[in-house]
Amino acid sequence: LRDSSVIAHEVPLPTLLFMGAKLAWAPSGNLLATCSRDKSVWVWEGESRSLQVDWEPPDTPLRVRDRVGSWVPFFFSPTVDEEDEYECVSVLNSHTQDVKHVVWHPSQEVRFSWAWWCMPLGLLSLFPQLLASASYDDTVKLYREEEDDWVCCATLEGHESTVWSLAFDPSGQRLASCSDDRTVRIWRQYLPGNEQGVACSGSDPSWKCICTLSGFHSRTIYDIAWCQLTGALATACGDDAIRVFQEDPNSDPQQPTFSLTAHLHQAHSQDVNCVAWNPKEPGLLASCSDDGEVAFWKYQRPEGL
Amino acid sequence: MQPPGAAQQPRIMEEKALEVYDLIRTIRDPEKPNTLEELEVVSESCVEVQEINEEYLVIIRFTPTVPHCSLATLIGLCLRVKLQRCLPFKHNLEIYISEGTHSTEEDINKQINDKQRVANGL
Repeated sequence: LRDSSVIAHEVPLPTLLFMGAKLAWAPSGNLLATCSRDKSVWVWEGESRSLQVDWEPPDTPLRVRDRVGSWVPFFFSPTVDEEDEYECVSVLNSHTQDVKHVVWHPSQEVRFSWAWWCMPLGLLSLFPQLLASASYDDTVKLYREEEDDWVCCATLEGHESTVWSLAFDPSGQRLASCSDDRTVRIWRQYLPGNEQGVACSGSDPSWKCICTLSGFHSRTIYDIAWCQLTGALATACGDDAIRVFQEDPNSDPQQPTFSLTAHLHQAHSQDVNCVAWNPKEPGLLASCSDDGEVAFWKYQRPEGL
Repeated sequence: MQPPGAAQQPRIMEEKALEVYDLIRTIRDPEKPNTLEELEVVSESCVEVQEINEEYLVIIRFTPTVPHCSLATLIGLCLRVKLQRCLPFKHNLEIYISEGTHSTEEDINKQINDKQRVANGL
């Protein structure tokens, strides 16, 4: 990192972010979501569209404590004359307990390319940005933009304990959630007027649980990652193992079945907290653990699947 | 006639359970000058150690002295920290308050088994 060029600026956040706060960039790059133990989700909008950054090697660690002693994240900002600002556009208080994870829907990129400026306003509504959050209150919530604010447009209930993490599939039609209840649930989006007759309220899509993977994990599942290249689903578990699931070919889209195609027993010597698929190289998986190690894995889809 | 190896496993777990109990019995109650053992918050029989796939699972069921939420979670936290720091063998830990001892036992059990909350000091 020494030769990279990145300047880190601290942007004071008018909020208290507890340890364990998470954040996520939207695909557009100009929206940021943060969540924490204070049960809320914050949506931030940055002024600048460009994210070219310069960095000088810092002497201090990447995170700093704010004036009341809590950790705040560093924001990278471009080297321009004016100071870039991130403005909080919404505080979402829908969850009743700690929010463990936030993730953005992988919206189509077309909205956020140079063509954005030429698009008629009507078309913009076809690509709404969608945000999802997972909580200690056992639910998943979805949020979308409404005029200048953000609203909760769906609550997914079904897990019997804390939902720790979420991942959208490559199409954005399905969402996977993982939980302290040791299951993975797959949810599918149904638009108003759908063929399957799933009821929707107003113009908001409905989300229904179409698959539950149970009996595979012996402890809390802390993270889940859905490969955007291959569709493989990886989980990080408190039993120190990493598992990979693949959807069975010819499985019914409304009631899909997934098979366990890889089980890395003792992938780490302690809880696996996080797994992530490389966005360019199929099958390359990174994981990290309470044991302080980061590991890299090469996954290959078994023959016949 | 049991195969020679079979009788050994339960013994190992009893020894391990005693190791765990020896560590937790001397923890002092947050409110009183007595140990958890003296107050009967923990006892030898409240510790169970299972061996699953070459890993040890330690299960502790304790009885809080008073039906007060924050003290029960504090005891749970003390148990977890003590074992994390002092237990010499690698283990997974589950802590529960004994059934029927508390009106919100499910809430407490969920809290003390959430490692992020425990790390934050609940």
